[in-house]
Amino acid sequence: MIRIDCPFCGPRDHGEFTYAGDATKVRPAHGSTDMEAWLDYVYFRDNPKGVHKELWHHAHGCRQWLVVERDTTTHDVLSVAFAKLSKSGGG
Amino acid sequence: MSRYSIFSLMKNAATSHKRWERAWRDPEPKAEYDVVIVGGGGHGLATAYYLAKLHGVTNVAVLEKGYLGGGNTGRNTTIVRSNYMAPGNTLFYEKSMRLWEGLSQDLNFNVMMSQRGQLNLGHSDTQMTVLKKRGNTMRANGIDADILTREQVRRIAPYFDYSPNARFPIQGALWQDRAGIARHDAVAWGYARGADSHGVDLIQNCEVTGFVKEGDRVIGVETTRGRIRANKVATAVAGHTGHLAEKAGLTLPIETHVLQAFVSEPIKPMVDIVVSCGAMHFYLSQSDKGTLVFGGDLDGYNTYAQRGNLPLIDHVMAAGVSLMPSLSRLRFHRHWGGVMDMTMDGSPIICKSPIPGLFINGGWCYGGFKATPASGWCFAHTIAQDRPHDLNARFTIERFSSGHLIEEKGAGPFPWAQ
Repeated sequence: MIRIDCPFCGPRDHGEFTYAGDATKVRPAHGSTDMEAWLDYVYFRDNPKGVHKELWHHAHGCRQWLVVERDTTTHDVLSVAFAKLSKSGGG
Repeated sequence: MSRYSIFSLMKNAATSHKRWERAWRDPEPKAEYDVVIVGGGGHGLATAYYLAKLHGVTNVAVLEKGYLGGGNTGRNTTIVRSNYMAPGNTLFYEKSMRLWEGLSQDLNFNVMMSQRGQLNLGHSDTQMTVLKKRGNTMRANGIDADILTREQVRRIAPYFDYSPNARFPIQGALWQDRAGIARHDAVAWGYARGADSHGVDLIQNCEVTGFVKEGDRVIGVETTRGRIRANKVATAVAGHTGHLAEKAGLTLPIETHVLQAFVSEPIKPMVDIVVSCGAMHFYLSQSDKGTLVFGGDLDGYNTYAQRGNLPLIDHVMAAGVSLMPSLSRLRFHRHWGGVMDMTMDGSPIICKSPIPGLFINGGWCYGGFKATPASGWCFAHTIAQDRPHDLNARFTIERFSSGHLIEEKGAGPFPWAQ
């Protein structure tokens, strides 16, 4: 079981979360016609053997999107942060 | 290589089986080869075998970081079938099935191919419609397929839950009579012995740590047993294709995920077919040892760790018991994980890479074992002729930019959902 220390809820089993893949990919601007950028964003992944920055949604908890750094060889979670801060600057 | 036969068996029995010769040599790596294949699993060994046998390319080395067949070849659930629907997949997997059907004779090695038939269960009107479409596609391509009613399924497999309370009531099934299982280790050993007999060097305990380049071109590999030059380098390391490609400076539409499999305690013969259930993503067969072999879905997050996690085990067991209530009385003996290349459309890659001198075979998702013969056959053709065969012409990396995806499931660019 992977334990993810949610900054809002505290440590929870990964069964509470939904995985959403590589967090390093940046979506091209809305309306962008740069096909290479879209191709890279939609399909291509670094797929590292080691530290992977990835998105998890705390679906059965606070419903926040989190960015988790996790080692893909050991499953050790190295850091957890909110994917996006609220407008008030809080969590 | 001496041929295995009833006479070789009698001869060796007379000498108490003490004089069997080695099945393959254990050579030192040479400094240079025409072709170096990275990965000594089924796909790499099959590629070497067909390169030597069909294309006359015998100055070949297969480099394996561990022992032959010790990766995903030894970790799958051994199912062989050709019930694919997407253009590009259908005929490729049927080619594989036809090679499987003659494989023991071709290799002079018993791969224990058992064409016991496969039930692909349907649990709703919609699913039955989709299964009929799949069956029609297969038949239009000359592949055997039949639609069975609930009663016909019940006669074949009386042990499923046919009660009114069944969580997934069985409406019928798509049946492929020629589908079955084969002995996974024997496939690696048979191809290894065949390739070796044609002069291919099989080099174990030899991990590739990087590529040697001259300008853009790959001209060899760095290994834990020294530098080996090659006119062509071909990777067949599914699970680690992305990891290895990165060393060559290539990014791929692949993520690495873990898939678990399970074995029960051995029981008397009960399940004489292969069962798969798309609704629950559950598949089951019974091995010759009597154990039930079954598997389910991916764990669902990127990982290179060859071990699974508990929530998925729970999920697979629940699926199995709801389909086949008698499973609840069985203990399961072992479970293990294999890491696989999950591509963005769920279909494989067998092609010349954008880097000159480098050929890639990977992205096998769940489908690698059944594909072994055709994968090696097509990859050997691609390497030897410097162009793909019609059967693997669509398995390119460029399909992701041109939009010609091969989506069997239509799950979108989410590798963990394929």
